Amino acid sequence: MSNKLISQMGLPPSLSHVFAARSIITAKDALSLPEFDLMALLDVPLAHARSAVARISEIACPPYQTALSLMEDRAGSGGHLPTMLRGLDDALCGGIPFGALTELVGPPGIGKTQFCLKLSLLATLPACYGGLNGRVIYIDTESKFSSRRMIEIGENSFPQIFRSEGLAPKMAGRIIVMRPTSLSDFTDSLQQMKLSLLQHEVKLLIVDSMAALVSGENERSEGGPGRHPLRSSLSFLKSLAEFSRIPVVVTNQVRSQSKDEAYYHTFQEERKDNCQNSEKFESHLIAALGIQWAHAVTVRLVFEAHSGQKFIKVAKSPMSPAIAFPFIVESSGISLLSDEGIDVTGPEINTIRNQGQNILSQ
Amino acid sequence: MEIANLPISASQRSKLLSAGYATLSSLSSLSPSHLARDLNIELQEALEILKVVSDAADRSKSTDGHHQALKGVQTAWDMLSEEQMQQHITTGCEDLDHILRGGIHCGEVTEVGGVPGIGKTQLGIQLAVNVQIPVEYGGHGGQAVYIDTEGSFMVERAHQIAEGCINGILDNFTDHDRKILACQEWMQPNSFLSNIFYFRICSYTEQIAVTNYLEKFLKEHKDVKIVVIDSVTFHFRQDFDDLACRTRILSGMSLKLMKLAKTNNLAVVLLNQVTTKYTEGSFHLTLALGDSWSHSCTNRIILYWNANERYAYIDKSPSLPSASAPYSVTSKGIRNSTSHCKRVRMM
Repeated sequence: MSNKLISQMGLPPSLSHVFAARSIITAKDALSLPEFDLMALLDVPLAHARSAVARISEIACPPYQTALSLMEDRAGSGGHLPTMLRGLDDALCGGIPFGALTELVGPPGIGKTQFCLKLSLLATLPACYGGLNGRVIYIDTESKFSSRRMIEIGENSFPQIFRSEGLAPKMAGRIIVMRPTSLSDFTDSLQQMKLSLLQHEVKLLIVDSMAALVSGENERSEGGPGRHPLRSSLSFLKSLAEFSRIPVVVTNQVRSQSKDEAYYHTFQEERKDNCQNSEKFESHLIAALGIQWAHAVTVRLVFEAHSGQKFIKVAKSPMSPAIAFPFIVESSGISLLSDEGIDVTGPEINTIRNQGQNILSQ
Repeated sequence: MEIANLPISASQRSKLLSAGYATLSSLSSLSPSHLARDLNIELQEALEILKVVSDAADRSKSTDGHHQALKGVQTAWDMLSEEQMQQHITTGCEDLDHILRGGIHCGEVTEVGGVPGIGKTQLGIQLAVNVQIPVEYGGHGGQAVYIDTEGSFMVERAHQIAEGCINGILDNFTDHDRKILACQEWMQPNSFLSNIFYFRICSYTEQIAVTNYLEKFLKEHKDVKIVVIDSVTFHFRQDFDDLACRTRILSGMSLKLMKLAKTNNLAVVLLNQVTTKYTEGSFHLTLALGDSWSHSCTNRIILYWNANERYAYIDKSPSLPSASAPYSVTSKGIRNSTSHCKRVRMM
């Protein structure tokens, strides 16, 4: 909408010629200027400039919908990719939501990639088995995608399909793996993808992992004038998810928390020292991409390990309270030990723990 | 006052100057036909110039202190009675309403910020639902505009919250009345949803456009009592290299929103994200968009974690003391803190 041409907005011809002469071509050009500057630049009376701005705004503004019609639209296009983990599906009202960004964050080796592999399988399954019967684009930045492991997961979770019908090649053939080597590479392929998503019936986009693309990038530069390299791909991913109505899943790494990491507002100063210190020792991991990234994801699932078990935690979701499920990784992929979640409260929701994962003791 | 400051186009200004008219006083006693001949312009155009001049002259005269002559001013006494009439939109959480003296203020711009997952969007949806509670039940029977810049508005969740709100109203009645009420049309969650106007904004240009367009939209939809922008930050943090330009656009936008809030007596709620800021040797959380932006909202509420509970803190308000209150996000929406009872799980 922001690139709509002013010449086609039905302004009085004299005015629209002046816009063209001053090379104010799109709505974006016109609306970025204050009314007075616009008046001076166009050399027209203020009233004309005002009415032109009002007209341009009206046209550049996307149409509204009532929430009711929005709900009817969404009901038609389906809403969720079931993870086949019953407890998690219940908590998320059916699974990974369409049209939104879902983030998996956790320490290395905990099972994020396993989860992604399972999701890609599920998206390719025929609808009669609860899948989406579509293609999957898997952007593998860490070279961790393993076809063999994926087939193994498939054979063990859906033996009836994979053994008797011999669908394995067909399923695997629907998963397109991309291996960009740099951030610019990645942004390029995203741009190309825009069209192909709809043409090829892509039903799931996975980026594993997002953080690898920007590792070494200091989060603190975010507040400063420096342009954060992720910003553009972030909003692009979101719009991709929304307009193609597909789920987009990205994984995120963890990094150690530095001492001066901010967790408090200035008015909370006094509390900082006395009560939170004990907790700080435990939770020394934080998500690698910074707080701005965390704002942008719609659903955040934290994978963590403590008290000798691994947990999937719904840390941010507009639909669900914070809730954690113990899980194990087995030959059929991730499975929950219990479909009854454990309620999580307070700052624990956002901590990422990685303890008691000693393999020898198990 | 000088000609240079008049809101007229550059060519007219240069014509005036070249004809020797440099100050307002030189123009004030002029007849339109005289001016038209002097500047060699149409009579109509001359009339327009003189109109602008007399407006400006009125304005500069009135600033001299003749207080009866001031247009559009109020005495503090008048404002007091107006303030007492001020309407509030309940947040659904009594503790929070209490520190806000009734809820989110109509006629003002309120900014709400907090860490990811604290419940900003939840509060936004809750307010869009609560504004529709009919007047008989202590609400406003209004409509809501929800401007979604992030794509985080979940319509299923709005449905849940509307249901929670309806059940909350029904709880005040006996079984018999309840049955009658429940049949009425406005008591359906879907009718609540049909009163939320949803704009999906995909770039900052569209965000400016929608702010400009709202003026017209609100004239056509007089019942709108709240405008929620979720979030005001997102696009302005994405694609801006020129920070000066960003500040200018943002302050222009906030002025327009303030004007909308005042003229239509509606509440404007801006949701904001947090960022980290280095002050006095340590990093702190602070709301995004920088220092000059923090001046532009009338009220500012920060949502944060305090141990195991969610708290809301009034960071800035011209009329309310700083205070904080716990709240919780339940399946029914924003409610009082439920630290004592077990949280109900949503299905």
